Amino acid sequence: MKMKKGYTLGLSLYLVFLLLPVYWLVVMSFKTNEEILGQLTLWPQTFSFDNYVTIFTDPSWYMGYINSMTYVAINVVITLITALPAAYAFSRYNFLGDKHLFFWLLTNKMSPPAIALLPFFQLYSSVGLFDTHIAVALAHCLFSIPLAVWILEGFMSGVPREIDETAYIDGYSFPRFFITIFMPMIRSGIGVTAFFTFMFSWVELLMARTLTSVDAKPIGAIMTRTVGAAGVDWGLLAAAGVLTIIPGCLVVWFVRNHIARGFALGRL
Amino acid sequence: MIVKIKNQKALWLILPVFVLVAFSSLIPLMTIVNYSIQDIFDVNNAYYVGTDWFREVLADPRLRDSLVRQFGFSASVLLIEIPLGIGVALMMPKSGRLASLCLVVLAVPLLIPWNVVGTIWQIYGRADIGLMGSALTSMGFDYNYASDPVDAWLTVLVMDVWHWTSLVALLCFSGLRAIPAAYYQAAQIDRASGWSVFRYIQLPKLKNVLVIAILLRFMDSFMIYAEPFVLTGGGPGNSTTFLSQTLTKMAIGQFDLGPAAAFSLIYFLIILAVSYVFFTTITQMDKER
Repeated sequence: MKMKKGYTLGLSLYLVFLLLPVYWLVVMSFKTNEEILGQLTLWPQTFSFDNYVTIFTDPSWYMGYINSMTYVAINVVITLITALPAAYAFSRYNFLGDKHLFFWLLTNKMSPPAIALLPFFQLYSSVGLFDTHIAVALAHCLFSIPLAVWILEGFMSGVPREIDETAYIDGYSFPRFFITIFMPMIRSGIGVTAFFTFMFSWVELLMARTLTSVDAKPIGAIMTRTVGAAGVDWGLLAAAGVLTIIPGCLVVWFVRNHIARGFALGRL
Repeated sequence: MIVKIKNQKALWLILPVFVLVAFSSLIPLMTIVNYSIQDIFDVNNAYYVGTDWFREVLADPRLRDSLVRQFGFSASVLLIEIPLGIGVALMMPKSGRLASLCLVVLAVPLLIPWNVVGTIWQIYGRADIGLMGSALTSMGFDYNYASDPVDAWLTVLVMDVWHWTSLVALLCFSGLRAIPAAYYQAAQIDRASGWSVFRYIQLPKLKNVLVIAILLRFMDSFMIYAEPFVLTGGGPGNSTTFLSQTLTKMAIGQFDLGPAAAFSLIYFLIILAVSYVFFTTITQMDKER
């Protein structure tokens, strides 16, 4: 298929528009603050890793990453374990209130966290979970579980139910069938779901910030609070930002063909 | 479409999901309902006030302003992002390594934490240290997003376009890929112009995807919080304070529990209505498939 010249030009312009701000962030993270505030340079004149060294040696910085990673990991595990059977039920069976439940899950994914922020805080404080990783993980389940159920249901509906029936005739129990036959069949779906659960939990800040104060404070909150204390350390801020982008960029290549599906909650 | 069989025991498979989500969803929601109809001083002093808070909230000019601003913002976002997203999807190569590369580059803004998106644009837009800010200033524009409401509004808008147009483009791209090559061959035989190929082949096939894109973009822009919060802090004045931020200010900043709760419920009802449209559209599409 021949590519039209105008198309290539337009597309390139758009991709430049997308990448320029990111480029600027990355470049700035390698500059010293004197250079940042001094004059505008398109490329760091003195290439400096100081900002990254600061982040990796100062616990108040790198603990933010560890905290974020911890609650995101817990969230992914909880979400996958609970969403798999639920998605199977939605894709295979009719039962009392199935459509309503499915819709109810969707509303939780769509609701702005701001709506219930204060009750959230009170609820998790009253059960003694405030400022723990598990609290943020559980709170993020509010949107990650609906997302996972929707995506998985989409993938599972693509598997014909004859497979289930054959397995039962062959004498497989439900758990054995599910783990040894069914899950391998939808492994790409599980991978995509894990990626999106990870992603949405990683980019969320409002809930994570509300439910933590010291011990489980996410990197996003550390970034916003450090800024403004004694002027803004732009280089450090940029470096911290770059480090939050990296995890997503590392794994996005594997799910590139399913990105649209994931963002559309498993439809398409 | 799989024919489903009736089996009430399947409810057991849903139970863990239900319990987990209900814990973080139903309990806070009931608390909000509780706050919205009472005036609470402490545990022993709570008075039933009926619909007073709702009336107060609906008459509050601050909230009405932010509601208007929010609808204006969501509408502008949709008007720019949907056509732009379709355009980008049309311009992308259909397959091969280049297409994969485009997909990944497009996805990059979507994978950045929302507060970092704000930070990126803060760094990018400032006149003293930012590439865009200084470029605009040196071209003679009087650009400063921190003091000029119009500049602030435009910056937040461009930031959102930057952040989310990719989503529309990705959805449209996968929609376009689903069109069989035979359609294009038939169009070629008929000597159809580029416009009529788009109008009569591509656009109708994109309909479903576009509905999803519009609904998703509406929902997400309607709950925008972290990006403008970091970039402009809602200012200058209140020019970029959207619903979520107004609500958070009210509930946590000023501790106006009653009005904040009433406002939350109104906000929730709007979301619920749009979710319902989304849900019925999707289930309808699943049936057609």
